[in-house]
Amino acid sequence: MADQTQALLSVRDLKTHFMMDEGVVKAVDGVSFDVHAGRVFGIVGESGCGKSVTMKAVLRVVEPPGRIVGGSILLRRGEEMIDLAKLAPNGRQMRSIRGAEIALIPQEPMASFSPVHTIGNQIIETILLHRPVSKEEARGIAVQLLKDVGIPMPEQRLEAYSWQLSGGLRQRAIIAMALSCNPRLLIADEPTTAVDVTTQAQVLRLLRRLQAERNSAIIFITHDLGVIAQMADYVTVMYLGLVMEQGPVDAVFHTPRHPYTQALLRSVPSVDSAPRVKLPTISGSIPHPFNRPAGCPFHPRCSSAMAGKCDARTPALQPIEGEQAASCFLHHDVEVTP
Amino acid sequence: MTRPNAAPLLEVRHLRKHFLIRKGFVRKTVGTVRAVDDVSFSVNEGETLGLVGESGCGKTTTARCILRAMAPTSGQMLFRTSGGRTVDLAGLGRRELRPLRPQMQMIFQDPYGSLNPRMTLADIVGEPLLVNGMTGRRERTERVTELLRLVGMPPEYMQRFPHAFSGGQRQRIGIARALSVNPRLVVADEPVSALDVSVQAQILNLLLDLQERLHLTYLFVAHNLGVVKHICDRVAVMYVGKLVELADTETLYRTPRHPYTAALLAAVPVADPRIKTGNVELPGEVPSPAHPPPGCYFHLRCAYAVDRCKVEPPELREIGPAHAVACHRAEELSLPGIT
Repeated sequence: MADQTQALLSVRDLKTHFMMDEGVVKAVDGVSFDVHAGRVFGIVGESGCGKSVTMKAVLRVVEPPGRIVGGSILLRRGEEMIDLAKLAPNGRQMRSIRGAEIALIPQEPMASFSPVHTIGNQIIETILLHRPVSKEEARGIAVQLLKDVGIPMPEQRLEAYSWQLSGGLRQRAIIAMALSCNPRLLIADEPTTAVDVTTQAQVLRLLRRLQAERNSAIIFITHDLGVIAQMADYVTVMYLGLVMEQGPVDAVFHTPRHPYTQALLRSVPSVDSAPRVKLPTISGSIPHPFNRPAGCPFHPRCSSAMAGKCDARTPALQPIEGEQAASCFLHHDVEVTP
Repeated sequence: MTRPNAAPLLEVRHLRKHFLIRKGFVRKTVGTVRAVDDVSFSVNEGETLGLVGESGCGKTTTARCILRAMAPTSGQMLFRTSGGRTVDLAGLGRRELRPLRPQMQMIFQDPYGSLNPRMTLADIVGEPLLVNGMTGRRERTERVTELLRLVGMPPEYMQRFPHAFSGGQRQRIGIARALSVNPRLVVADEPVSALDVSVQAQILNLLLDLQERLHLTYLFVAHNLGVVKHICDRVAVMYVGKLVELADTETLYRTPRHPYTAALLAAVPVADPRIKTGNVELPGEVPSPAHPPPGCYFHLRCAYAVDRCKVEPPELREIGPAHAVACHRAEELSLPGIT
């Protein structure tokens, strides 16, 4: 892990559990990572791995019965670090951070815009809430934002409702709204899952351009290994609430250390493979979060699992080489301290 | 792996499906959505034909017309029945379709929405058998056991309900249901797009395996070009209701001849950080099938468009062995593919 002193956001041993009637679901169970300005930090994993809950915890919008039960979320402000995990979720301080310093690009732009207010009203409202400007100035900023994200005829689009826009334009509009207060940290939660592949390419290019121009940090959450390879500088691979592997994108994709990462990369159907050839698979399916296996959560599906070790103790995330770290007993013998 | 000598099981000719846009009290027709507009292709026995394109291109509508889940506006769909007869599915009524239905089955996209939560696996997989005359309970149970084994599900789970199973397992159940009546043509509409990566590969392998064992013919509708590459012998690309290119998989990916196919291939993010993809941006958006532009529907977004493309709609024509494309400039262009 990189030097914590320079990190914009440092998450340390974050635990978010859901207290259900049936028991406790440990959706996020000890996750640590650093996010730096000017870099894209990718979180990749399959359903139930805790990537979206991690994002919600950082924004402090985990809905009950979920609760942050441990760890810290340190956001840098000049020289001091604020622990978001300690703030009241609806308190003044958290509200001034959410949307202004940390903004979200959600997965479903259709569900994120109100259908009864114009795009313009919603963007202007955000600006007025967080920035000391007049309504006229806010309108000017909104027009400029729509122009920045490549929406043609921005003045007219301000008067449009979200359902009047196409999928691609709607996704651009939501990006404009997220950028409206110049956030230092952008969280993109599966921003291109709902759009077509050519639109996806447009949106990813836009995000890369905006990030370079503004030097902001992005946490990019996706299940798509192709998208993460193209977008991220640094990657975390999650499985059932735990980090399996972490490191620079090139190392994780070219020298994956964890059997889960290796198996995942092998099982992706790719456009450059031979047609009609069987793919290597990962046996079994992802367990329900209620029945998370004891020990390493991946051991029942792992081809290199060691009996008596992987099913009994949970490996901790340990550095392997350079900045690359993995939680696997194949590489070290350090377990998670309960 | 193409099987050049195989005879077509299904031949679609000039298929059209138009939806009328109606407005007002008297439901006056104010426009037409040409969801499928003059599409022709054939599916050979034992092969997998992929139908790809972006949302709204008409791939699902085409599939639904073939299964006669909806009636096409015009065109022919010639299906060779198990008796060796060739019938036009487009012209048949309910009663005539009935005996043909078991020969064409569908695998659905959403493994959650497509299984009735109040039915046990035995009922879900057994219902098509019951409907088609297998009334004996014991006989049916035996067949369901066999089918569940075939798709890799333990038959002991037969009395359970769908909620007890993961997405991948549910998709296996849906496949068992589709196969219960021994279909010859299986239409799979995005069968793996709702699944996680680690499970997706299992289902793709199962589909390949079943095809070999049961000599099935697949029409595989999908938008993920990686998935399509893995499972299809030939691929048809659709854009705004029209077929723009059709070729065997290797040829289409290596040497696309339509600028839209090339753009689609270039847009796929490759899971390798050392290969930077998505640098060639396709401008603009997919036009609405209610108001398509004149000429070639793609000309507004096409980097190679010339004056002719703005006025004259290109016909789908053969430009090589088993390679058809609808582009005026197909011969002169050299487009990048996947190497």
